[in-house]
Amino acid sequence: MQDMLRRYGPGLTLLMCLLVAFWLIMLVIVPNITLFEQSFRPYLPVTEIGGPRDTYSLGNYMKVFDGRVEKSILGFSYTIPVHVYTFLLTIFYSMVVTVLCFLMAYPLAYYMAKIVNPRSLPTLILLLFIPLWVSEVLRAFAWWIILAFKGPLNALLQAVGLIEDPIRWTNMGYTGVVIGLIYTYVLFMLFPVYNAIQSLDTNQIEAAEDLGAPWWKIHWRIVLPHAKPGIASGSVMVFMLSAGSLLVPSILGSTTSQWFTQTIDQWFKDALDWNTASAYAFLLLLLCTLIVTLAMWLFRVKLSDIAK
Amino acid sequence: MHKLRQNLSHLYMMLFLLYLLLPLVVMSGAAFNDSKLPSIVPWKGWTTIWFSEMIADQRMMKAFVNTLWVAAAVAVISVVIGTASAILINSISGRARTVLYGMMISTILIPGVVIGISTMIMWTQLGGLLFGPDTRPWPFIPGLHLSVLGQVSYISAMVMLLVLARLQSFDAGLEEAALDLGASHSQVMRRILLPHLYPAIGAGAAVAFFQSIENFNVTQFTRGGADTLTVYVFSKVRSGITPTINALAFLLIMVTLILALVYEVNRRRKARIEAAREAEARRAEAAEM
Repeated sequence: MQDMLRRYGPGLTLLMCLLVAFWLIMLVIVPNITLFEQSFRPYLPVTEIGGPRDTYSLGNYMKVFDGRVEKSILGFSYTIPVHVYTFLLTIFYSMVVTVLCFLMAYPLAYYMAKIVNPRSLPTLILLLFIPLWVSEVLRAFAWWIILAFKGPLNALLQAVGLIEDPIRWTNMGYTGVVIGLIYTYVLFMLFPVYNAIQSLDTNQIEAAEDLGAPWWKIHWRIVLPHAKPGIASGSVMVFMLSAGSLLVPSILGSTTSQWFTQTIDQWFKDALDWNTASAYAFLLLLLCTLIVTLAMWLFRVKLSDIAK
Repeated sequence: MHKLRQNLSHLYMMLFLLYLLLPLVVMSGAAFNDSKLPSIVPWKGWTTIWFSEMIADQRMMKAFVNTLWVAAAVAVISVVIGTASAILINSISGRARTVLYGMMISTILIPGVVIGISTMIMWTQLGGLLFGPDTRPWPFIPGLHLSVLGQVSYISAMVMLLVLARLQSFDAGLEEAALDLGASHSQVMRRILLPHLYPAIGAGAAVAFFQSIENFNVTQFTRGGADTLTVYVFSKVRSGITPTINALAFLLIMVTLILALVYEVNRRRKARIEAAREAEARRAEAAEM
């Protein structure tokens, strides 16, 4: 701080501090505190705000437990509150997306870091970047076209004789959502993993080869442990983006695939109940953070490794 | 065996690229199909009607202009905030640095839904507190300016990371020397620090601009009645679409491709010059021996 004052003088230092303060206080901290505060208040008509009924309660959070539905897994049937069910499925399918993204991205990340001719690498990276510049809504829309009942995927599969009748892809639970999320976020896994593998000394791999290690053991004992921070940051990114996505589930979802963000959206836009929407949004933030922290503890990764 | 694995990995790379790019080709192709529904099968013949319909679509053009304004505003504000934050983070240390840095980074991970709702609620509540609920003046009503503020809250962190990385290669001794030679504080900033940071600032502005165009979650909750392109496309996709969206997608993809091509040609030219220079140096060295 002293250093900054000496270099840039009191005026510029104050200006920079004010800019940072505006960002962190007005755009991050106070909005989140307001969200938290509002989530404990009931949804009331304007005239009653501040009146006797405007008291703090856990009412909005309790709405999560309303409306039980009957479900069955493996023959066991049980009842579960519908919003809890939505939340659990959102988390579950976000994890599925994260794992599939990793499985798809890892071979390519290794290829980019260790196999490809370094001279053609910039061209490859440029090609990979093209879908990233095309906006998310259009990428989801592209899959909407592909997966349509009379769309190109069904036509192709029928033409090669893999299926007899067209399949309703976007009416099979979460299939469409998972396909769309993977396509949208797989690159957020690829680049961190690539960065991590790239910093591995190739001599280590060659030494292991010379000593007779089979290829899977080289990956398991050398490359994967080295790439762990990259895998962790890619996974956190993909998981949080998937769980927080509203576009992809809304475009590619079926009648039976409700995403938790869609529930929040309905409280906010359809019911106009901002207070309950706040409570649900806060729950999403809190629980996702908890899950990420838990996963990082399980895999023994530190936050400082991720932000590198 | 080794050879086989190598060929398999080349094949995998090809398949992956195909997987990434083919959906974009399908989407672009549907822009030229003379069919009421956006698809490439069945092919009903070439047409460019969807492009003229797109230009006639007033709402889309309005949304497009809005998007550019929002993106420009986000780019300017987050570059200023992000650069200031990076300089601040770079010149403090210890616990304060860890806490501030952690807070800045965490904004990237906050779900957009949460950012959108919290920004909306805070500004409308603040307006209600200051002016009463019915007579809130401009900045306290829903609208695209709130979308800008919401987007800035996490895009600033991305700019901050880029500028901070660039600051690592900055020699603070240059500033000392300038101060010793009698430069003023603002001269140090303008003539020494900022020129070193320009590449990162430029990259930050580009990232901020495109992140803003992409953004849906924050905009959806704060926009009031205004449209941006993303929101408009979304509403079109949900409520019976014509292939005008495909025409738009085709144009956007073309712009991306042209920019990518220019970048690639430029890079290759530079690489060639570099290689020629190296060869020259090697020849000179050999001649000396």
